[in-house]
Amino acid sequence: MAKKRNADYILETIHVTKQFGGLVAVKDLSIQVPYQSIYSVIGPNGAGKTTFFNCITGFYKVTEGDILLDGESIVGLRPDIIVKKGISRTYQNIRLFQNLTALENVMVGHHPRMHAGWLGAVLNTPATRHEEAETRKLAMELLEFVGLKGYEQELATNLPYGQQRRLEIARALASEPKLLLLDEPTAGMNPSETEEMTNFIDNLRKELGITVLLIEHDMRVVMTISDYITVLDYGEKIAEGKPEDVRANPRVIEAYLGRGAATQHKAKAA
Amino acid sequence: MDKELKFTWSDIIKYGAIGGVVAVYVILIGMVVAFNERYIIAETLTLGQIALFAPTFLLAYFAANNARKIKSLSFSIIASALAGLVTGVFVAALLVLASKVNIREVFLNVSPELLEILHFGKDSLTGATIMIMIFNLAVGLLGGLFALTPRRWSNAILMGASLVALMGIMQELMSITFGNKDWFKPVSEFIYAKKGLSWGGTALFMLLGILGSLWRSSASLHPGTKIAKMPRRQQQTIRIASFLLGLIILLWLPRFLGSYPSEILTTVGIYIIMGLGLNIVVGFAGLLDLGYVAFFAIGAYTVGILTTTGKLATMEWGFWMALPAAVFLATMAGVILGIPVLKMRGDYLAIVTLGFGEIIRILVLSDWLKPYIGGAQGILQIPKPSIGDYAFKGPQQIYYIVLIGILLVGYIAWRLRDARIGRAWKAMREDEDVAEAMGIHLVSTKLLAFATGAAFAGLSGAIFAAKLGSIFPHSFNLIVSINVLSLIIVGGIGSLPGVVVGALILVGLPELLREFADYRMLFYGALLVAMMLVKPEGFIPEKTHARELHQKPLEPEVAPEAPAKEAI
Repeated sequence: MAKKRNADYILETIHVTKQFGGLVAVKDLSIQVPYQSIYSVIGPNGAGKTTFFNCITGFYKVTEGDILLDGESIVGLRPDIIVKKGISRTYQNIRLFQNLTALENVMVGHHPRMHAGWLGAVLNTPATRHEEAETRKLAMELLEFVGLKGYEQELATNLPYGQQRRLEIARALASEPKLLLLDEPTAGMNPSETEEMTNFIDNLRKELGITVLLIEHDMRVVMTISDYITVLDYGEKIAEGKPEDVRANPRVIEAYLGRGAATQHKAKAA
Repeated sequence: MDKELKFTWSDIIKYGAIGGVVAVYVILIGMVVAFNERYIIAETLTLGQIALFAPTFLLAYFAANNARKIKSLSFSIIASALAGLVTGVFVAALLVLASKVNIREVFLNVSPELLEILHFGKDSLTGATIMIMIFNLAVGLLGGLFALTPRRWSNAILMGASLVALMGIMQELMSITFGNKDWFKPVSEFIYAKKGLSWGGTALFMLLGILGSLWRSSASLHPGTKIAKMPRRQQQTIRIASFLLGLIILLWLPRFLGSYPSEILTTVGIYIIMGLGLNIVVGFAGLLDLGYVAFFAIGAYTVGILTTTGKLATMEWGFWMALPAAVFLATMAGVILGIPVLKMRGDYLAIVTLGFGEIIRILVLSDWLKPYIGGAQGILQIPKPSIGDYAFKGPQQIYYIVLIGILLVGYIAWRLRDARIGRAWKAMREDEDVAEAMGIHLVSTKLLAFATGAAFAGLSGAIFAAKLGSIFPHSFNLIVSINVLSLIIVGGIGSLPGVVVGALILVGLPELLREFADYRMLFYGALLVAMMLVKPEGFIPEKTHARELHQKPLEPEVAPEAPAKEAI
């Protein structure tokens, strides 16, 4: 997939603020996600990470600020348009179409790249048939890519947890995104599954050349695969940079472990 | 969990008592008397008796079924017999009460005929009480044994019994339909007595039902297995051949059956078309629409107004010109209803669509529109459709229009189901937010579902108007919407053949049983509750839906919550 680059960053958020009544969930947040990077957003529970994702995908309207995809503003667009522009996502608490098969789930993911309409479907035109066959082929390939070969006809709800996670990623990939948003992809996984998922995400970039924006709790995962990290606390950015820099930042340690730990760390460093 | 696994003597009494209350209810609402003239097996078994003993049978069945899960076989059998006996106590108590005290002032149905039925040919009250006890005990025992028979055999017996009941009910219809045919007399003399099936007929249909069911359930004999083994080309040939054969039978059916049964089939067909439409809205897209009758009414009234040659005559178009107009207007109405309810989900959507249905009905009845659409007097003199010299004058001819309608609409629904738009509907049904986040445009997808469903209903209404030749507002009650919804639930929500089966059961069967009319809603309610408990996926479930309800997950799910690892 050859990518045209229209801007310096694939995703850039400029002073994004999201307010729910009196509560400011995301405050004045600016990040720049370089092309083909793995960029992590971390922070304690309730820091506003998922809200931030919801702003990017258009599910929430931002209160203030701008979001640029490939240099083009996507603020105010409907979620289904934003998918078409090239952002797709997974959810923290897996949200598959439970009673559709694995194959159907992935094929739904390809919806924005298809064109067949009502009449085409009823008349079963050659174009529709061709498109349907291509979609099916793509979906099968994606299922194989995420390691779900042989489970095509299984209902999503019947798949074990780890496979549901991977199916959700396959569904997100089916829309042929430039930018993939993964919301805690290793939540609820044991160490070996987590490692598998980490390698898998790394592979996504290598093999498909897409950019990954990641929310993650597991620090080992974040530190291993991220190129850049932004740390949020109470909706505000408290640190950003390469993993090594963030790891040593006292404000980050404070946010995660409390003030005591931060002073201890400082003392140790001294 | 422990609580569920207990089954004690008091549970048996509880089951029996539930059966007793239901039996007393069935008696007091008059079903037993109303159905008592309908003999299923000559001089032996009436439909009234079936109604009387059905609660006993069912509750004993459940008692044995649940007892079997934890207790021994003999305990389960005793449980069913005892539950039957307890039910009998209730019925006997009612008989004693009714014989001693005049309760007819309150319960109108406690008539001398009822008491006679409950006496079972015995003169004395004691004798009758004993008979009731013995019968209930025996029926309870039967229910228990039925519960304990292996699934395959109990299914076969059920099939046989259903076939016997159906053929018994159909006696009158059969003699109306085939009475003047030469071949009918000897056949009829064998299978039927004066009233009800003869013993020969009973045995024949029981055997047919059992063998048929066993044949279907046996993997090696089932035609599907054999066909699946054949090469692809041959499979296709067989599929085409069986489709053609089916079509020929369907084309020939009205000539064979004659006028009255064709009338019933046409009515069933009109509901099938509506069912296929509502199935798209509710079954595929998951939008609960309770005002579906509105589109049916719009289709019917459009044809009525445009074609009538009576007092309200306007355009005096032919049916074939009015038909597309009816479908178009219904489709537009679907879109117009769709727009305000786009943001609504579930219960709210149901209420608003319900209101829409009522608005249309009240508009149709109103004085304001009376000069145009006739108010309560309706529209009369709607001409029958014709092509050239061929007039679709009676049900035997209208049948063909309905058949073409069903094939067309069924084909469209089938194509849409597995296409991009069908997947989008299903995704929306599962999770609207995620569907949108996957690139599905909710507004157009929803409107397409409403419009397609409404178009089908419009077509159905147009044919309905042409069939009756006159239309009245009372044909477009809320109850039509409920009927259509019920038939897709009974058939299997989301399933296309399910719509056909559901319509045959819920629309066709009541037409066969005229005594039934008073209890139609009761029957619907009971059937829906029973379906939800026993077969929630419907008679012919959509493939995936059946699995959702009956298949275990591949592996026990791991709890998605794990301790967050937040240490750096």
